[in-house]
Amino acid sequence: MTLWANALMEGVLLGGLYALFAAGLSLIFGIMRLVNLAHGDLIILAAFVVLSVAAWLNIDPFAATLAALPIMFLAGFALQYCILNRTLGRGLLPPLLVTFGLSIIIENGLLELYSADSRRLHGGSIETSSIALGHSIGIGVVPLLTLASAIVVILALNFIFYRTALGRAFRATADDLEISQLMGIDHPRIFSIAMGLAFVVITIAALYLGMRANFDPTIGPERLLYAFEAVIIGGLGSFWGTLVGGIIIGVAQTVGAQIDPEWQILAGHVAFLAVLVFRPRGLFPLPVD
Amino acid sequence: MSLLEIRGLRKCFGSVVAADDITFAVEPGEALGIIGPNGAGKTTLFNLIAGGLFPDSGTIHLDGRDITTARPHERCIAGVARSYQIPRPFETLTVFENLLVAAVYGRRKSEADAAQACGEILDQVGLMRRANVLAGSLTLLERKRLEMARALATSPRLLLLDEIAGGLTESECGALVDTIKALHDSGVTIVWIEHIVHALTAAVGRLIVLNFGRKIAEGNPDAVMSSADVRHIYIGIEA
Repeated sequence: MTLWANALMEGVLLGGLYALFAAGLSLIFGIMRLVNLAHGDLIILAAFVVLSVAAWLNIDPFAATLAALPIMFLAGFALQYCILNRTLGRGLLPPLLVTFGLSIIIENGLLELYSADSRRLHGGSIETSSIALGHSIGIGVVPLLTLASAIVVILALNFIFYRTALGRAFRATADDLEISQLMGIDHPRIFSIAMGLAFVVITIAALYLGMRANFDPTIGPERLLYAFEAVIIGGLGSFWGTLVGGIIIGVAQTVGAQIDPEWQILAGHVAFLAVLVFRPRGLFPLPVD
Repeated sequence: MSLLEIRGLRKCFGSVVAADDITFAVEPGEALGIIGPNGAGKTTLFNLIAGGLFPDSGTIHLDGRDITTARPHERCIAGVARSYQIPRPFETLTVFENLLVAAVYGRRKSEADAAQACGEILDQVGLMRRANVLAGSLTLLERKRLEMARALATSPRLLLLDEIAGGLTESECGALVDTIKALHDSGVTIVWIEHIVHALTAAVGRLIVLNFGRKIAEGNPDAVMSSADVRHIYIGIEA
């Protein structure tokens, strides 16, 4: 019984990580209908950036992430402004091809720079500390922080979207791009800010990815898959939906692993397919598309 | 100096000439009406002025500044606003948010100033009661009002109205004409495309007639409407 409770708990916490993967993807798709195939590789890139900043300044991964956030925001802004904006408005294919190319470039660039060795972000004693619940269940502090960060990120994104002028501009451009321009919105700039924000979320996701397990330059595409599944389970356009989606995949994986360790990955995908069969538009779809 | 000056504007779509060497000027504070049969190039003309389309040749000046190649959001900030024939509100935003977007981005207003100004505009067009509903749930008349209110929220110097009276009842139309007149009296320069000629002539001081992308008549509304050419081309089709 405790084993199952533990698996369930772990799954929920793991869901926080998947929600962080998914939130950045959902943000970009929601605003500019851009499917970012490089999303997973960008998370790995961010993990290497955090790793390098931590090594260079000799600080722990949390401080290194804080230091990396402004750099990553600017990197996201520049990527959108200089490259991705040129791919928009010409159909579905150009952004797919360009982000797919980007994904290959990032993966191979990282292999060239950092080799294929597994790395990890070392956070010291916090990695192994846990909070005891009863005598046989403990919650790791890092997984708990992951879920808490996911909730804070989603609260912050919702605040920006629904309570600020910038968020109104995000929603207006998503609603009707042509009209938003007539209302004075410089959409290339708005899109670039959105990508900068997505990069901030990506960097936070990278911190917890790197503290939870080993990473190497080739694991990006699989993170992209989890992010996609979480977004689609939740329903496009809902940030809370991505959290629920992430948790569903997380729980399916840990419960699957409890049944048979080989079932971990499979169970996540099966849960995703099950949701698609019964709720093809996700659990919390927007009323209008 | 003219507020809007259009010289030799030309735009083709394949073999169709939607704007053929159009030249006219709009003085500050003027209200100009544009009429013409369907397909005469009226809406194309608005798209060229507001920046949705770029001309093949010719120039557009706003207050002496060349805006021929300016991007749509730059023209908005320069003072051009337009309403669409079929209202296109941001349906997933509330009515109030629709206006706020226009005021904050179109006129670079601070959040507080924008909220104040937008409240006044909503009051003026009679949408205050509906401020916090999603724009997607409005009726046609309310959408038309929102379309105008949102254009106003950008504090335009030049307001382009595209068939805003179409589809309204007689009394709704009368109320709209009154609103437009009040707006004009407050100093906004207006260019108005309309099929409902009596509504148009009640508000504008000058009329331009387009046909097949060409300007075929221009002048005092009564004189224009009684000219033989216009009666033949325009009224003949309308009646």
